[in-house]
Amino acid sequence: MTLDPVLLLNALASGLLLGGFYALAASGLAVAFGLLDVVNIAHPAIMVAAAFAVSALSEATALDPALTTLIVAAPFALAGAALYRAYHFFFERRGDESIRGLAFFFGLMFLIETALLMIWGADQRFVEAPYANGVVSLGEVDLPLRMVVPAAVSLVAFAGLYIFLKTTFLGRAIAAVSQDSEALRLMGVDPVRVKTVAFALSVALAALAGGALIVIQPVDSASGRIFIGRLFAIVIMGGLGSLPGTLVAGLLFGVIEDMTATLIGPSWSPAVAFGLLLGFLALRPRGLLGAGAAA
Amino acid sequence: MTDSGSFRFWVRAIASAAASLVGVALILRAARNDYAFYLAYLVFQYVALALGWNILGGYAGFVNFGASAFFAAGAYSTVALTKTIGASLPICVAAGGAVGATLGLLMGALTLRLRGVYFAISTLSLSMVLETLVVNWSYVGGSSGAYLVRPKVFAPFTTYTEYLCLTMFLIAAGAAIASAAIERSSVGAGLAAIRDDETAAAALGVPTLRLKLVAATISGAILGMAGTPLPFYNSYVNPDSAFAIGYSVNALAMALVGGAESWVGPVAGALLLGSLQQVALAFVSSSASLALTGLVFMTFVALAPRGLIGLLKARGRPQGGP
Repeated sequence: MTLDPVLLLNALASGLLLGGFYALAASGLAVAFGLLDVVNIAHPAIMVAAAFAVSALSEATALDPALTTLIVAAPFALAGAALYRAYHFFFERRGDESIRGLAFFFGLMFLIETALLMIWGADQRFVEAPYANGVVSLGEVDLPLRMVVPAAVSLVAFAGLYIFLKTTFLGRAIAAVSQDSEALRLMGVDPVRVKTVAFALSVALAALAGGALIVIQPVDSASGRIFIGRLFAIVIMGGLGSLPGTLVAGLLFGVIEDMTATLIGPSWSPAVAFGLLLGFLALRPRGLLGAGAAA
Repeated sequence: MTDSGSFRFWVRAIASAAASLVGVALILRAARNDYAFYLAYLVFQYVALALGWNILGGYAGFVNFGASAFFAAGAYSTVALTKTIGASLPICVAAGGAVGATLGLLMGALTLRLRGVYFAISTLSLSMVLETLVVNWSYVGGSSGAYLVRPKVFAPFTTYTEYLCLTMFLIAAGAAIASAAIERSSVGAGLAAIRDDETAAAALGVPTLRLKLVAATISGAILGMAGTPLPFYNSYVNPDSAFAIGYSVNALAMALVGGAESWVGPVAGALLLGSLQQVALAFVSSSASLALTGLVFMTFVALAPRGLIGLLKARGRPQGGP
């Protein structure tokens, strides 16, 4: 098999764009799983639910999907706050998060999938963005706007999240809350409130990612499942809660997956997520930029 | 455990299995209806799945979200074996058990050193990747699936469904006996110690990794065996149906709804949820049955952490907690 450099360059470029989206999709999980230690397996299902909502709202109002995504993100954030409160009340508070907490989010994922199926049926949903068929050409490389716009939006949201976590008091409290909630309490901050805000943020990020997802590709009620392996692989590769690590891992992941699809065949790309996930768990559970050694 | 104690255990286990077999057979034959066997098969399948899941999930506290991967591995080993050598069902069951056991051991070796969440996440993606393999494997039908011709029925059975139903009963009964044997053995005590506090167990000299691997292997074997008759049961199997997430949800939900600490729980959970689902399926719709499963499961997980068995025990002891 001869390798066409233009083909590879195109795969690299579209892999990076896809990776930008992956980074956004994983950022919410990095906050929930990495910073709060809440293993929200339903994160991808929430993202797909938001994608459905964006599609329905854009269809009903003829607004741009970017705008409807922002409108959808607000109720999702509120639902996220309520979800965390329920999780805290039933599981975290009792120190019962390991088995039953996991099972709770798994059940939630299943319920979201079933609800989407009951409301919208088994068909794929998509959205008509005005720029969906546009292409930007950089020399030999063609970048479809369908990928460029979500990637750009993703990187902006990602940067915003990074600045928020690094520079604001609340952001730094979120980063600290699972490490030393006692210190926060001594500073007069209620750890549960900090976690509620952070989890709401995480779900809002899932909603933003859902808006980006439906521009990139059509989704159906079970589309979230393949993202479970992907997003957890990225978060673990990124070193659990490190945003720069998550970004690098997301971009790398997009490129590896696109290269696999180009060189071996698209039907094999789901295996990439799992291979990387297992490899990292077995060899480097602290992630790409982490200190090595077993967790 | 004394020799006479364990002798009595095995006599009692095998006698109860034989007695329930006779009871079930009498009821089903009295119904004079192939549909009764069809339903009974489903219930036994869920009992086997819930018990298999529970050996690692309930006893050791390591949650497996990928029961459907093991189940489908069993189903597809049947497809591969009947296509290559025309193997009979008992051989397929044994082979599917071996495939499931290997899968469980491998998954365990890679991830059971870490916190339980990593094992859980890996099992979740395991079903994705196995499905990818099967979809790309044209010999077993790829994404369009494979048809299997049911072998001719032989005496004493009047239909092939009866034979499948008996096979599934034996798998479920075997799983129940294995579970009960584990519970009363030192393996069961070690697994319970891991579930309660793994660090403390390791400090006290419990060989935690080895026990977890044993549990993962047995659990994988049972889950795999439970899938082996599926291609004959439906006469057709495709990746979507074999890897259906419903199997993963049901295995976990039935064990947790029933109560995960003893083998009675998964059996009770499978009987309860399994019959609820069939009623919802028959009178409402298949998505209603899924939603009902999810809701019952979430309610139990949040409000009855020790499941049905826990509720019954709490009722028997009004003043004390668990």
